[in-house]
Amino acid sequence: MSENPAKKPEELSRIDYQPPQKSWMDPSIDFKKKRGSWCYSGATKNVAYLDLPNPREWSPADEDWKLPENWKEIIFEGIRERMDKYRSFRLFMDICVRCGACADKCHYFIGSGDPKNMPVLRAELLRSIYRNDFTAAGKLLGKWAGGRELTVDVLKEWFYYFFQCTECRRCSVFCPYGIDTAEITMHVRELLALVGIGINWILEPVANCYRTGNHLGVPPHAFRDNIEFAADDLKDVIGIQVDAPINKKGAEILVIVPSADYFASPHYYTFLGYLALFHEIGLDYTFSAYASEGGNFGLFHSREMLKRLNAKIYAEAKRLGVKWILGCECGHMWRVVHQYMDTVNGPADFLEEPVSPITGTRFDNARSTKMVHICEFTADLIHNQKIKLDPSRNDHWKVTFHDSCNPARAMGLIEEPRYVLNNVCNYFYEMPENTIKEQTFCCGSGSGLGTDENLEMRLRGGLPRANAVKHVHEKHGVNVLSCICAIDKATLPDLLKYWIPGIEVCGIHELVGNALIMEGEERTTDLRGTPLTAGESSSDEPGEETHV
Amino acid sequence: MSAISSKRNIIIVSIAAIAVILLGIFTPLLRLIFGLLIPLTAILVFIGGIIYRVVQWAKSPEPFRITTTCGQQHSLPWIKSNRLDNPHSTWAVIGRMALEVLFFRSLFRNTKAELKSGPNLVYGSTKYLWLGALAFHWCFLVIVLRHLRFFTDPTPSFVLWLESLDGFFQIGVPILYMTDIVILAALGFLLFRRLMDAKLRYISLPADYAPLLLILAIVATGVLMRYTSAKPDIVGVKELMMGMASFHPALPSGIGWMFYLHLLLVSMLIAYFPFSKLMHMAGVFLSPTRNLANTNRVIRHINPWDYPVKVHTYQEWEHEFRDKLKSSGYELDDKS
Repeated sequence: MSENPAKKPEELSRIDYQPPQKSWMDPSIDFKKKRGSWCYSGATKNVAYLDLPNPREWSPADEDWKLPENWKEIIFEGIRERMDKYRSFRLFMDICVRCGACADKCHYFIGSGDPKNMPVLRAELLRSIYRNDFTAAGKLLGKWAGGRELTVDVLKEWFYYFFQCTECRRCSVFCPYGIDTAEITMHVRELLALVGIGINWILEPVANCYRTGNHLGVPPHAFRDNIEFAADDLKDVIGIQVDAPINKKGAEILVIVPSADYFASPHYYTFLGYLALFHEIGLDYTFSAYASEGGNFGLFHSREMLKRLNAKIYAEAKRLGVKWILGCECGHMWRVVHQYMDTVNGPADFLEEPVSPITGTRFDNARSTKMVHICEFTADLIHNQKIKLDPSRNDHWKVTFHDSCNPARAMGLIEEPRYVLNNVCNYFYEMPENTIKEQTFCCGSGSGLGTDENLEMRLRGGLPRANAVKHVHEKHGVNVLSCICAIDKATLPDLLKYWIPGIEVCGIHELVGNALIMEGEERTTDLRGTPLTAGESSSDEPGEETHV
Repeated sequence: MSAISSKRNIIIVSIAAIAVILLGIFTPLLRLIFGLLIPLTAILVFIGGIIYRVVQWAKSPEPFRITTTCGQQHSLPWIKSNRLDNPHSTWAVIGRMALEVLFFRSLFRNTKAELKSGPNLVYGSTKYLWLGALAFHWCFLVIVLRHLRFFTDPTPSFVLWLESLDGFFQIGVPILYMTDIVILAALGFLLFRRLMDAKLRYISLPADYAPLLLILAIVATGVLMRYTSAKPDIVGVKELMMGMASFHPALPSGIGWMFYLHLLLVSMLIAYFPFSKLMHMAGVFLSPTRNLANTNRVIRHINPWDYPVKVHTYQEWEHEFRDKLKSSGYELDDKS
């Protein structure tokens, strides 16, 4: 994110929640006026590379989106297909009573006041078409039964609003019937993909990942360089040369990280934390250059693409002959690993049930998928006292924890990271209860929306999270937001800088790496290069600032 | 039949039916129509419709296990898991569903977000919707069960017990049922809420008002019959209903027009039921985010329509990056 939008926080936070006069059934959107709220279209080369329909040059701001002539037929056929394949499709279309409980649960609605960002109305954008053409009441009564005709304008509206949902599933926690807007968004994005409507911030990482093995398109030689560079950087901090094996056949454990961990900041410090930890416990592991991505932007495109990208992990685990897989800090990666991987690419019968080689703990909860979350792994190490920790090395951090949407609402990975945090730092403060755990707020940039051109909408969506951070910042002097998601780490620093300057973002294993007492280490700084002794003096500073 | 004319037809037929009843022209033929044919048809539509809709849902598989977890997972033995909000066994799922269906667990979480100056977002707990919804649904259930008195002889003891519980305070003659008061208040609140909250008004469809108004009308006619001089001939009512329940139709005369109106409205409600959002009653049981255990990494979930997809295999990848892999010191599988 390079520049801040023209609007100042005071202006952006004047939000009008009063719905407009015009009925929501009117789909028209002025894309030119709404710049800052939508994403650029998928580049032709990416669409073509992935063998997806209708590759062409187009822009959402164009009048003509160059749709195939029979686009309507394609969409209807797509709906019919999904009704047969997914119980959730028809069910979630049929049973909503529009009670409105979900309305103010969406970070985009809270931050924008746009009524179509209420989860109920976002779903109605599809429901109205379904009712009109796929239900008896709709066919008979049309608009009276809440039906709406499918037009090009409706497609454009779908594009606008279903790429304005981060599939965070917060609304589904509150829905009395468990209607999951993420599921509806996934359906609509798949429908749009059928006629060649998609965004580049999803399609480019997908194409990259398909080709090179990771979203960022890091080729294998650069991958090796990055990993070795990280090991060198770590040596500068701890004075120990650690081994960071790549594509090592016969290693016990395959470690999967999101590519940002070895490429972007502040993820990088978390990556250093992993390297330090694995070295200290003597883990027999390997990274893979082929499966060099844990994240899966395929999830944001279609279930088919999710499967195409995810296939590399098991394939590589099999090729390398590892026993099981350790997955690192990444949010939507864990949605895929936990809820999809075994189904789409399993059974992983060539792997063994995961057992920690250090503690002997059998991870029963992962006995089919054979993939363990690093917070589960580290919590187990700490619980069994297999690592020595000096939490005071993190005393310059007043820490709070942002539950990432997917680990919280698709797994229930809630206490493990907190247990680790409570052992690696002395100052840990929770944000208000309605903003954490299963009620956590999205960073506002998930599901492939973390790009530049929609910055205004992302800043709006990030408001609830930033506001909760502000609360603990003012109350406890919190100066770092820890999290276990690569998208969080990529986008929250700038969102926080906009809403509440002076807050850093870190991964949990960065703090683990800082606190870890290693044999033979010589440390004078933390993983970021901040002198360890400077901890005391810097810790008082943030609390004194007040932000409006 | 065009949509507009069919809509008009439905309205005209409904108005005509109500007019006939209000005018009180009860020839034996009309008694047959309103006392037997319409209710029986409605019951058939109700049962057939619900079965059809549930089968329609159930025909489609749930290819992925997409539980929404609302609490700590079951992972390491020393971490306490939240069984009811993040179930990992069938029994726990049954517990979660029971909480959801009987006590509206998810709605109980409801909060209200408010933006104060600063900006400062605050989230207050708000239980009004939960309370209103719970009051309405439980009262509705009790009232339906109380009506079993009209279909059974002798009246089952639990119905008598429900009646005495419902009339616990023994106010007035006939004794005032608490559920009658509460359901009117709850319906009034739900309608008021829909009309007064700008956001809700914006999202509401005719299909959201229709059931509320219909049920209000049903309750109103019922209350009028019980507590005012519009009281029908109870013996006649029981004869009619028992006849229906035992498949020996009887058409007693002199029951009173209010009863026929009540019966017609109920018939309309249950005939409308399978085609409306009221199907949430059955649908909630099928909701995949609630009725699946979070055992994703423990037991493999099978997708019945799974199909092979195009992937970029390791061999293709190695071939594509061969030179770079070699120069960077990777060991290759294809040594040629």
